Amino acid sequence: MDDQDQRPQGLYHPQFEHDACGVGFIANIKGVKSHQIIKDGLTMLERMAHRGACGCEANTGDGAGILIQVPHEFFVSECSKINIKLPPFGSYGVGLVFFPRDAKVREECRTVLNRQIKKMKMSLLGYRTLPTDHKDIGETALKSEPVMEQVFIKRPENINNPDDFERKLFILRKYSTRIVTESVAKVNNQFYFSSLSYKTIAYKGMLTSGQLRYYFPDLQNEEVVSALAVIHSRFSTNTFPSWRLSQPFRFIAHNGEINTIQGNINWLKSKEAFFASPHFSREELDMILPICNPAQSDSSNLDNAIELLMHAGRSMPHVMMMLIPEVWDGNENMSQEKKDFYEYHANLMEPWDGPASITFTDGKIIGATLDRNGLRPSRFIVTNDDRVMMASEVGVLDIDQSTIISKGRLQPGKMFVVDLEQGRIISDDELKQDICTRQPYGQWLKENKVRLQDLPEPGGSFHKYDPNTFLKRQISFGYTSEDIRVVLAQMCDTGKEALGSMGSDIPLAVLSNQSQHLSSYFKQLFAQVTNPPIDPIRERMVMSLASHVGGSLNLLEETPEHCVTLELPVPILSNNELEKIRYIDHRHLQTKTIYTYFRADGLAGSLERGLSRICQYVSDAVEDGFTIIILSDRSFDSGHAQIPSLLVTAAVHHDLIRKGLRGKVGLLVEAGDVWETHHYATLLGYGASGINPYLIYQTIHDMKKRNLLSESVTEEKAVYNYKKAVCGELLKIMSKMGISTLQSYHGAQIFEALGISNEVVDQYFTGTVSRIGGLTLDDIAREALIKHSLSFPKTSLNTRLEVGGIYQWKQRGEAHLFNPQTIHLLQHSTKTNDYGLFKKYSNLINDQSEKAITLRSLLRFKKGKSIPISEVEPKENIFKRFATGAMSFGSISYEAHSTLAVAMNRIGGKSNCGEGGEDEIRFHKKEDGTWENSAIKQVASGRFGVTSYYLANAQELQIKIAQGAKPGEGGQLPGYKVDEWIGRVRHSTPGVGLISPPPHHDIYSIEDLAQLIFDLKNANRNARISVKLVSEAGVGTIASGVAKAHADVILIAGHDGGTGASPLSSVRHAGLPWELGLAETHQTLVRNKLRGRVVVQSDGQIRTGRDLAIAALLGAEEWGVATAALVTGGCIMMRKCHLNTCPVGVATQDPELRALFTGKPEYVVNLFTFLAEELREIMAELGFRTVNEMVGQVDHLLLKDLKENWKQKNLDLSPILFKEPMSLDTPLFRQEEQDHGIDAVLDRELIRVAQPALENLEKVEHSFEITNQNRAVGAMLSNEISKKFFAPGLPKGTVHYKFKGTAGQSFGAFAASGLNFELEGDANDYFGKGLSGAQLILYPPRQTGFIPSENIIVGNVAFYGATSGEAFIRGRAGERFGVRNSGVNVVVEGVGDHGCEYMTGGTVIVLGDTGRNFAAGMSGGVAYVYDKNNAFRKNCNMEMVMFDEMDSGDEEKIKNKVMDHLTFTGSDVASALLKNWQESFSKFVKVMPVEYKAVLEKRKAASKLVTVPVSH
Amino acid sequence: MGKPSGFLEFDREPAPKRDPKERIADYREIEKSVSTDHTQKQAARCMDCGIPFCHHGCPLGNIIPEFNDAVYQNNWKLAYEILISTNNFPEFTGRICPAPCEASCVLGINKPAVAIEFIEKNIIEKAFEAGYVKANVPSGRTGKKIAVVGSGPAGLAAAAQLNSAGHWVTVFERSDEIGGLLRYGIPDFKLEKRIVERRVKLLEVEGVQFVTIAHVGVNVSVANLREEFDAILLSGGSTIPRDLPIKGREFSGVHFAMDFLTQQNRRVSNHKVEAKDILATGKHVVVIGGGDTGSDCVGTSNRQGAASVTQIEIMSKPPKDRTESMPWPNWPMILRTSTSHEEGCDRNWSILTKEFISDENGNVTGLKIVDLEWKSETGKPAGFSEVARSERIIPCDLALLAMGFLHPQHQGLLDQLGVQLDERGNVKCTRYQTSVENVFSAGDMRRGQSLVVWAISEGREAARAIDQYLMGQSMLEAKEEGMLNLQ
Repeated sequence: MDDQDQRPQGLYHPQFEHDACGVGFIANIKGVKSHQIIKDGLTMLERMAHRGACGCEANTGDGAGILIQVPHEFFVSECSKINIKLPPFGSYGVGLVFFPRDAKVREECRTVLNRQIKKMKMSLLGYRTLPTDHKDIGETALKSEPVMEQVFIKRPENINNPDDFERKLFILRKYSTRIVTESVAKVNNQFYFSSLSYKTIAYKGMLTSGQLRYYFPDLQNEEVVSALAVIHSRFSTNTFPSWRLSQPFRFIAHNGEINTIQGNINWLKSKEAFFASPHFSREELDMILPICNPAQSDSSNLDNAIELLMHAGRSMPHVMMMLIPEVWDGNENMSQEKKDFYEYHANLMEPWDGPASITFTDGKIIGATLDRNGLRPSRFIVTNDDRVMMASEVGVLDIDQSTIISKGRLQPGKMFVVDLEQGRIISDDELKQDICTRQPYGQWLKENKVRLQDLPEPGGSFHKYDPNTFLKRQISFGYTSEDIRVVLAQMCDTGKEALGSMGSDIPLAVLSNQSQHLSSYFKQLFAQVTNPPIDPIRERMVMSLASHVGGSLNLLEETPEHCVTLELPVPILSNNELEKIRYIDHRHLQTKTIYTYFRADGLAGSLERGLSRICQYVSDAVEDGFTIIILSDRSFDSGHAQIPSLLVTAAVHHDLIRKGLRGKVGLLVEAGDVWETHHYATLLGYGASGINPYLIYQTIHDMKKRNLLSESVTEEKAVYNYKKAVCGELLKIMSKMGISTLQSYHGAQIFEALGISNEVVDQYFTGTVSRIGGLTLDDIAREALIKHSLSFPKTSLNTRLEVGGIYQWKQRGEAHLFNPQTIHLLQHSTKTNDYGLFKKYSNLINDQSEKAITLRSLLRFKKGKSIPISEVEPKENIFKRFATGAMSFGSISYEAHSTLAVAMNRIGGKSNCGEGGEDEIRFHKKEDGTWENSAIKQVASGRFGVTSYYLANAQELQIKIAQGAKPGEGGQLPGYKVDEWIGRVRHSTPGVGLISPPPHHDIYSIEDLAQLIFDLKNANRNARISVKLVSEAGVGTIASGVAKAHADVILIAGHDGGTGASPLSSVRHAGLPWELGLAETHQTLVRNKLRGRVVVQSDGQIRTGRDLAIAALLGAEEWGVATAALVTGGCIMMRKCHLNTCPVGVATQDPELRALFTGKPEYVVNLFTFLAEELREIMAELGFRTVNEMVGQVDHLLLKDLKENWKQKNLDLSPILFKEPMSLDTPLFRQEEQDHGIDAVLDRELIRVAQPALENLEKVEHSFEITNQNRAVGAMLSNEISKKFFAPGLPKGTVHYKFKGTAGQSFGAFAASGLNFELEGDANDYFGKGLSGAQLILYPPRQTGFIPSENIIVGNVAFYGATSGEAFIRGRAGERFGVRNSGVNVVVEGVGDHGCEYMTGGTVIVLGDTGRNFAAGMSGGVAYVYDKNNAFRKNCNMEMVMFDEMDSGDEEKIKNKVMDHLTFTGSDVASALLKNWQESFSKFVKVMPVEYKAVLEKRKAASKLVTVPVSH
Repeated sequence: MGKPSGFLEFDREPAPKRDPKERIADYREIEKSVSTDHTQKQAARCMDCGIPFCHHGCPLGNIIPEFNDAVYQNNWKLAYEILISTNNFPEFTGRICPAPCEASCVLGINKPAVAIEFIEKNIIEKAFEAGYVKANVPSGRTGKKIAVVGSGPAGLAAAAQLNSAGHWVTVFERSDEIGGLLRYGIPDFKLEKRIVERRVKLLEVEGVQFVTIAHVGVNVSVANLREEFDAILLSGGSTIPRDLPIKGREFSGVHFAMDFLTQQNRRVSNHKVEAKDILATGKHVVVIGGGDTGSDCVGTSNRQGAASVTQIEIMSKPPKDRTESMPWPNWPMILRTSTSHEEGCDRNWSILTKEFISDENGNVTGLKIVDLEWKSETGKPAGFSEVARSERIIPCDLALLAMGFLHPQHQGLLDQLGVQLDERGNVKCTRYQTSVENVFSAGDMRRGQSLVVWAISEGREAARAIDQYLMGQSMLEAKEEGMLNLQ
């Protein structure tokens, strides 16, 4: 195998690859070079081995590398051995080159390189074959191992400045790589410069962190010295060999992911045409183009962009600030100069958006920066011997604690730079102040920037509501009365998008029998695993919707004119605003309107002609100097139909990119076919900067006139609310991909096309993933003309809109899988145990010949050699493979929830408790044998009720990464649904609303997921660990990563699964059918030889035995069934689950309604029996005796003949039916156990020592050494406690363990009652995760040289989801301290941003300052903050909390805790506070959630005792 | 969407009815009018189901949750617009529909169903009151001419739809008034005739032409019709009643229910009764047949002052509640008590009429009946036997035969057109088109005896078929086919 194998096949596409990493650096501040720096760097890397990954073989890594300063003396001596005489340092450059293995090809490459060196008037000094030692390298890596050589190139005489030389080397590298790729046959991307510089050199390869040192003997040579080392280890989702994707790159090592990469590449490309720089000749500029390459990784492209901007004259920190700006928009804490800097640069370049911890160096300075969200850990330490080191974890190097001067962590958006020449650390403030004042950015902005509100009133009048054409327009754009009633009325009345429930069971757009909106063919992508979604409500501060319109200038310069653009605060324009822009008259801004229609003659090619005409008009206009183009569909008539705005926008956008004109112009869209948020999202994603939805304004006017809006809402207010709703949902759509700014989302194409032909995608939606073909341009025209003809009918005019039928079943609306007939048949057949009736039901579902709904309906079975059904494995075997979908107790009633559990336990399947925890009473079997325990226990982002005891009672622990109905989004259980019972089970206060955050705050990347899997495996060794993903493009690649992260089960959920509550647009527009996700997952796992390690499960609208059979053939050996099971329990698809009014007692907590539940476990058992029987019948027909035989045998599926259907005839499902070629022994279903690496964990020792406590409740004390490699300490011990002593655990203080050193991640995870853990040292992320009753004490060693309260002692996300226990921390903590805490009492001496986020219970006392956004989404519990400098208020998010009066109870509580803190940790802060208590106390602020306070007071007032219902 | 918790707060409470004692003294409507608030509360009970089974259960596909919501929001105009989009004559169905929608209402699973029919009636009456109901004269005319034969609900619905599509429609009615069964079949206490006349007037203003006493095939030539019109719709109803050919059938005092009912309708409207009066006054009336028509006979007999009213039904007495064999959302065959029953009637089931008994003048005086025992298989009745020694004679001065209708009249129109009939004797159609090129059929004539709501549905669908036939496309709403459907 070589790199060439990384090409698209089946559903796999290399573009889907993700990686995440361990990253760090070490440097001597004074620039003193030593070999020790390299040694230490390598050690750091090895100590973070758990952050990297290995593929199918333990000895093939995903990549590791180190970048150091050029070791001149070493090279001189090495080169002299091979007769190369090196000139002095700075007069030569050295490149580390990966050559192809094939000798002939290699020499061809060399010839080209040598020629280019000469051509650039440099001279070749010679090549040194790099010694490498590959004896321990895995087979896969070996197969593609390049030949590594170092090339030495002499500086030309005429160049004196080393920086100029460096620039020439850059040109040489770019150009020679391009020429080799273009001219050498069979090179297949195997020619690659790891680095080429006079200053730095990068040693890297497809290695594990441990192999790096040995693979490159150079690195062990004492003569190799450097004052700095950047290190990197890679955890990739793939295992395809790729040596060149390992890092560091030439300037950076990146831990993170650029979510907007597609857009960033396009925008950069669109600016290339007008690059000019005094540092490059015209010819040289041409040589370095293209800057980016879509085939490379996001990190690599980022490196390319940084490199360009630096060589063009900007400093490294300046470039970083441009590309990864901190939050400036609306940031009150920021200086004006800095804001000006960022605002100015926003005109030049959009942020490269996504989680990023970047370490950078140019060989003279070294530094690191963090993205605005701060989603990657970066801890640093400075010692008194001039060393500084930074890494994803602390404790990766053994350091004498007494030498430490400071311990810190990089804060969101901040930078940390060490200038080796100046010999000092430059603070973020100083550094940025210096850069921001280099030019009068503020003045430039004032003089040049154009703001929308400052534009003069338009010269012409704008369009008014015309009742005569209004309805015609609504009809021709495809409005339905349902859009108005369900979608728009809600938005206009409340300012929020409507919620829906029970998923989506309507056809995919391409299968629908009704004319679709073009945007329905585009599915929103979302972040899962490799990248966290953002909470756009609670973390609103990091997000922005502002955009800029107008032409941009040469990126490589900065002038006042660069900020001559028009700023739009939000992308929705009123009619008046659009007219202002249309009539704008400014030296640099001129607007042209172009009408977007095509001939409505129904002839082939008409739409294409229309589009090319428009593209031509636009590019002519741009060349004529217009900088703003309005694409308007206002003009159409009976002979001319409007082009879907999405199509025309994307077409113009890509045409301009191709012509190199895109950067010169801004695109605005004036369109009638825009009303749902998804419509806006697609337009923005394909290049529009602003949208005027003119028909909406008329519609709202009409709605008001017809009393379709609340009486209290005026028309103005309705428009305001509508815009607010759209903006809110746009933020959500961006945030589910982890994108913070609209500027980055703009043009980023975060969609997968489903049902659009490749010709259309390649031409108009270039770069978008589209895998099953579909509509041609003429088909799109045909769909548009259906609507057009309705508005110009031959006979009388239509007087009303169509009814829709998407959100509610309608006779004349969209088809639904569940409709009155199928619901009735399913309920009746399972109730009466009538298999014949069930067959009627399944025939109705399966036979979609008239109205296709699902992709699987287009497939048919290929007849095999049938066998008698008696030879097929019995249904009991099949039962084991069934699970019910995750539905929480809270979303559904106790009755419905336990009915499913009892039924599944009866047949040996698995029910899934969902994310709401589970009543502990259910864990034990009842006397009559019924067992209400859910075999699958979910661990979701809210971590409700996740305790050690809960985890101990599962057969499977499922990490819910995403949910089909609303992937990438959080959830909210409203207060009225949290009754006493649910409150107890969720460890929260009844009546107080509960928020599930969009991301798991302990999974920001794949290595974090591996950590959580590890934590859970420790917490219950007998449970399978399952990871639930949602189908989308690239899910297979993610699944590979998940398999490498040691999950036992991967669940691929379809986009259409049910839900308790989800925004309507998410139900419809996010995610893909499971057929695609499952097939991709199976193909990719097989390709990576990982399939044998995991069980693959699938769910989403699975209804019949045929569905099961197809899922099995596509690669699933287990299935989840949720909605159908609920229906047998009485659900009639009210789709009102979010209202608590379910009239059949299924999805409600109202006792009166719960009493109406009539479901019985027998009915559910009947359903699964029928399903199994139906599957067995198909198995017999196809000739499979067991399910295992059947898994992945995709050649038993064929595509139905679709020739008759014009809309479906171009669908190509062959990628789904692709069978990965493999050897016979490649496993196709799970056959081997994962190695979870828990055999030798520290907890084994902890358990051994704790035996007297576990056996006889004797007190145990002991001490242990600990390092960062000891992770999840306490989890396994707690599992032992929970198994034996259940929820109460051991008596308080039974086990007292003292640890010394640096604790690894998840110290004290799920630690149970009875444990006292005292840690002297410091700790990494996830400290006290899920704490379940234990006491944790943390303080730095006594002999440290730093002041604990000013230094970071504990990492990010401490006490996530903790439910009970207490903790005392002497020192500061990182970001998101106490996130989702629901019961722990803790004292800490300072916290980072987002402290106490989503907290629902417990007490947090902060004795120092906090970061921004404290208490966001905090609905319960109390925080006391010692606000010494009166600075806390502006850091607190007041949306849900208030500053409450203190009473004497508070004082006593705080004082006692501070005294305990002093006792346990010896804190000097505590002692100082106590010394002057009255004054200290007066500075404490009490942060109290408003809703929580009200509930507490109400409960106090209610004198009568509230009885907590108990299950029986 | 309505009031989420409405169904928990309010009980089903359709319109209150006048006291039976009071109401049998006249022929006026039985229901009293109610406050707006009352109707809104009833509408608030609607749960706006994700799958509105009511909408599926309604033969017209009325978009019930949406108009309920509009009523709850006090937006009567909107409610009217939604209602009228699927139902041309809600003022009829709001009064005389057995409401299959309510039988399939989701709330009906465990609570009394939403009072949909009641709400429907209130919407349309409110709309008339508020002046929302206006004659909509089509903006243009296609020049096509269509003859509708029969002015019952099917014919009227088709006429209304076709007219709105711009065609010239002429409705031929053999009687002297427009409305078919609505006009002379259904008693005034269920449907006051001013309601029918109000609608007919509107249709006239909209451009529909009505010709009465025009019996096609008798006094109007079929050939002329075919010549003059581009299309013909047959909507003459199912008019041949099922007879009871037993001994004594010929006696005086044995009548078909429809003859009896029609006479009374004419009297209430002050129209002359041509034939000999059939009156229940002072008589022992026996109504044979337990359906709606039978019920109408009961109510009419009581109003005429019958000495006694007895109703007998051959089938067994249905259960009070749903049984396993007729689960929700199916139409349940349960015991229903009509307003006429409330007014006084001796109801009997499982009774077979053996013979009419008469006095010497040939006037009926009694009925020989016998009790039956029904056998049932899987919950469905399958054959009966007579109960030994149960034969007896009951007094009867007036016997009314209300046993349903067989098929349309073949003689005349149908014979002359030569349209094919189906095995039940109804007009055979493919998508409402008969075997004769431009001749269509709808309603009971095509479908066999059925409900008014089905007749309206048939009329609408047939109109669309005719429009498509004439114009190649149709903008008329279809029940199951959306406008946005792909062609």
